[in-house]
Amino acid sequence: MGFFVETLIGGLMAGMLYSLVALGFVLIFKASGVFNFAQGAMVLFAALAMARFAVWIPGWLGIDNALLGNILAFLAAGGLMFAVAWVIERLVLRHLVNQEGATLLMATLGIAYILEGLGTSIFGSDIYKIDIGMPKDPVMILEGTFEGGLLINKEDFVAALIAAVLVGLLTLFFQKTSTGRALRAVADDHQAAQSIGIPLNRIWVIVWCVAGVVALVAGVIWGSKLGVQFSLATVALRALPVVILGGLTSVPGAILGGLIIGVGEKLSEVYLGPHIGGGIEIWFSYQLALVFLLFRPQGLFGEKIIDRV
Amino acid sequence: MKPRKLARAGIFAGAFLASLASASTALAQAKEQFFPVLVYRTGAYAPNGSQWANGYVDYLKLSNAKGGINGVRISFEECETAYATDRGVECYERLKGKNGGATVFQPLSTGVTFALTEKAPVDKIPLITAGYGRSESQNGAVFTWNFPLLGTYWVGADVAIQHIAKKEGGFGKLKGKKIALVYHDSPYGKEPIPVLQELGKTHGFEVQLLPVAHPGVEQKATWLQIRQQKPDYVLLWGWGVMNSTSLREAQSTGYPREKMIGVWWAGAEPDVKDVAEGAKGYSALTLQHGAEPNSKVVKDMLEQVYAKGQGTGPKDEVGQVLYMRGLLSAMLAVEGVRKAQERYGKGKVMSGEQVRWGLENLNLDQKTLDAMGFAGVMRPVQTSCLDHMGSSWVRVHTWNGKKWEFTSDWYQADEKTLRPMVMLASSKYAEEKKLKPRTPEECKK
Amino acid sequence: MLYRENGQFKTSYADDQQIFPIAQDRWLIIGLLVFAFIGVPLLVDEYLFRAILIPFLILSLAALGVNILVGFCGQITLGAGAFMAVGAYAAYNFHIRVDGMPLLVSFLLGGLTSALVGIFFGIPSLRVRGLYLAVATLAAQFFTDWVFLRVPWFTDNASSGSVSVSNLHILSWEIASPLDKYLFCLALLTVFALAAKNMTRCAVGRQWMAIRDMDVAAEVIGIRPMFAKLSAFAVSSFYVGIAGALWGFIHLASWEPAAFSVDRSFQLLFMVIIGGLGSVMGSFFGAAFIVILPIALNQFLPALGGLFGMTISTAGISHAELIIFGALIIFFLIKEPHGIARLWSTGKEKLRLWPFPH
Repeated sequence: MGFFVETLIGGLMAGMLYSLVALGFVLIFKASGVFNFAQGAMVLFAALAMARFAVWIPGWLGIDNALLGNILAFLAAGGLMFAVAWVIERLVLRHLVNQEGATLLMATLGIAYILEGLGTSIFGSDIYKIDIGMPKDPVMILEGTFEGGLLINKEDFVAALIAAVLVGLLTLFFQKTSTGRALRAVADDHQAAQSIGIPLNRIWVIVWCVAGVVALVAGVIWGSKLGVQFSLATVALRALPVVILGGLTSVPGAILGGLIIGVGEKLSEVYLGPHIGGGIEIWFSYQLALVFLLFRPQGLFGEKIIDRV
Repeated sequence: MKPRKLARAGIFAGAFLASLASASTALAQAKEQFFPVLVYRTGAYAPNGSQWANGYVDYLKLSNAKGGINGVRISFEECETAYATDRGVECYERLKGKNGGATVFQPLSTGVTFALTEKAPVDKIPLITAGYGRSESQNGAVFTWNFPLLGTYWVGADVAIQHIAKKEGGFGKLKGKKIALVYHDSPYGKEPIPVLQELGKTHGFEVQLLPVAHPGVEQKATWLQIRQQKPDYVLLWGWGVMNSTSLREAQSTGYPREKMIGVWWAGAEPDVKDVAEGAKGYSALTLQHGAEPNSKVVKDMLEQVYAKGQGTGPKDEVGQVLYMRGLLSAMLAVEGVRKAQERYGKGKVMSGEQVRWGLENLNLDQKTLDAMGFAGVMRPVQTSCLDHMGSSWVRVHTWNGKKWEFTSDWYQADEKTLRPMVMLASSKYAEEKKLKPRTPEECKK
Repeated sequence: MLYRENGQFKTSYADDQQIFPIAQDRWLIIGLLVFAFIGVPLLVDEYLFRAILIPFLILSLAALGVNILVGFCGQITLGAGAFMAVGAYAAYNFHIRVDGMPLLVSFLLGGLTSALVGIFFGIPSLRVRGLYLAVATLAAQFFTDWVFLRVPWFTDNASSGSVSVSNLHILSWEIASPLDKYLFCLALLTVFALAAKNMTRCAVGRQWMAIRDMDVAAEVIGIRPMFAKLSAFAVSSFYVGIAGALWGFIHLASWEPAAFSVDRSFQLLFMVIIGGLGSVMGSFFGAAFIVILPIALNQFLPALGGLFGMTISTAGISHAELIIFGALIIFFLIKEPHGIARLWSTGKEKLRLWPFPH
């Protein structure tokens, strides 16, 4: 029993991080109809920037304080992500308005290549460390309730907490601020939004900036867990089933989807994996999402698809 | 088409043709021994791949600084494979005929090795896979062009069990133990499985297989299983980021690092550097050498290459584990050429076929090695036509939080277990390919 | 002036409906084929064969398959690599398990197996659409990756999970030299491309296109979506499967599931989108672009650097290659979202009017 709970918690925490990356997908898709495959590359790029700035900036300014250095690096990396967002909107998206979904998807893959190439050539392709003082060693809790106690990974816990806070903040931003309202308006209907004077281009830049910040936070968490290196770009693939399970256009869907996928894949790997050879979590999450899709083709919370001839 | 577009297309086409022309015309150059260098300095495995590549290229430069191979200068060219098989094959095709023909290929990827194993015999270019590749290719009678010098994964698996037995106090104590193999889900990671299962049957321990999907950043479930099953030992058969992730997960699930043993590709600085204290106590096999910053060859390197500003990589990485692996791999290739020159004429450029003879008759005794600056780095190696591995010496080193330290004596693979497996697997291969294994008489030619 | 159809009168329906109604087109294609079969072998060296032409031909075939599904039937797939893998491993198993199985037959059986698997993974397309479907097809990708890694039967119990083939021959023709391999791939490709072209012109092809343009409307006019979609999946997977078998048998000779990873799927989708959705010709353009460009960049950049007296490091070249490759893709998508095939047809239109455009 104790072990089951442990797996469950592990899955939930991993799921929270998937939600975070999935959120990046959903934000951009909602506002501009672009399925952003570059999300993974953005995570990598942001994490690389953060890791390297955390070393470079204290060096340039002669700061000795790790915390201050990290904050400055975070701000600098955030600024860089804003710049990236602006450039992407200016040079790519603006020219691809009203293209088909597949074309846009390929364009974002092109962006992903550029970001990967740029990121590794500016910042290097070694493994880098982001040290934001996350606790590494595990703690045992509830030793009275379960035999052997529950092992909680503190690092995952903090990470999940940060992700949850960010998700909460983004929800607030979307629901309560005027920019958020504008974003939702654009998501609902481009033309209507434009007709009441919402500048589409600016909204797109803002969305990409927000997605950039989400990528940065995901990159920092993941980078501090795993070290910053090229494989971070693959986290996007892990978050895809989350997005379609939750629905491409739904923020709560991304959150819930993340948790379902996180729990589903951990439970399957631990309980089903040993019987059929192991290593199943990567496809299991896709199958899980597929099964959900067969019942709800638009995802859990996606907008209902209505066909008109 | 508009003229502007036409012009643009023309430029592209022209550029393309020019580049192809430069690639396909094998320039007849001065007498130089050409070493193609397949590397991966980008992609998921770059941090490990580039260290190896730096060591490899640096040793070639050092050989040139020391006057080449009996006066024959070495030329080399890198080609990026990104650890992908098809890129590796393209690189092979691109470089095999260049500059008078490739001397030897060392792809540093088990996948590429498998693909090149089919191509090398046709082109008559030897393939050195020091510490990786196909384990059964040790049998030179069947795999006439493969040279898994110094050790194969089967050697690694065997020695890892020997080491565990020693820690436990004898093979008898292995009975009923549980040993988990956390492996990279690819041909590389699967290679040790047959040996482990064989040994498990003999000594009565249970082998638990835990695959990790490429690139290996998602291992939470794997380590949850380890936490549940509580194996007595964990063998780590990873590459690149998978290794450091495993160590981090071990730390966060509280699995004792002292009970973890990595293969020699999971025992280098990039794997443990950032985990630092968290990896303390973790040991890994070594392909004879560990980190050797104090060896003479490294000092030579710093003096004769880096002091002149010709070093390939950062100076502080010279002498690290994977750097040394690359350096050693290059050394074996260079010595193969030197040996070939003894027979086919000193100071001449050797062909692939001649180099193969050199590699088959490699005999580096301790004196030669010491003279070359490898004292304490490696032990003698002697190959033959039928044995393409040469030696199977392995030590174990342990990360103390700051650096690798040797913590065991020399081990040697148990021929009694491995030999029959090698023969079986290679004869199966020969049968599939309808190859006729070489006989000892043919070897004498 | 040169490219003008004046004076070419069609006197029968057959004339009117032939693949290339314009004589110049016909001669151009025949000329190209003759050049490919006879001219190229005389001109080209081994490197071009092995590293560029053979991969180009095989991936063209795969791209053709993907184009049938994505371009003609409108079902986006990110799982093409999976069907290549199915084709390759199925052909491998037929090849080694049945004694004396002719090579071509095992290829075709590999393709058929792939078609069956394609139909199975095509079932969600009846319910799920667009980008959701694209992600759902990734399920096929990761699942087959896993199956071929984990089930030893498929790899003939090879300890490493890597399989290899050799001594390929058709009747007495030994396919060993690069030239043989090239001719073999080219012959297969010619046959299959012709078949694909005809398929897209006949009833089933029109059904696919109707489904692509609007599936609800197609259903209303009496097209069975299930048949149309699943047949597109089957045909597409068949093509892709054959290409997979060729990739394994002919190009690599020894392979592991990583040869058909998700990157390959992306690559194939790139080919059809860059080349031109819904165009047989486009598949070739796309394959050429995606296969040749990275290799050309990789070799051209050092030369370019040398021109300015710079030596670029290997890593630098690969990074630059990635950046330029990405930038060119975006450039093409912006300038010609309908792919290179559209450029080709605009070119032809212009040529018709040349030298007196209005």
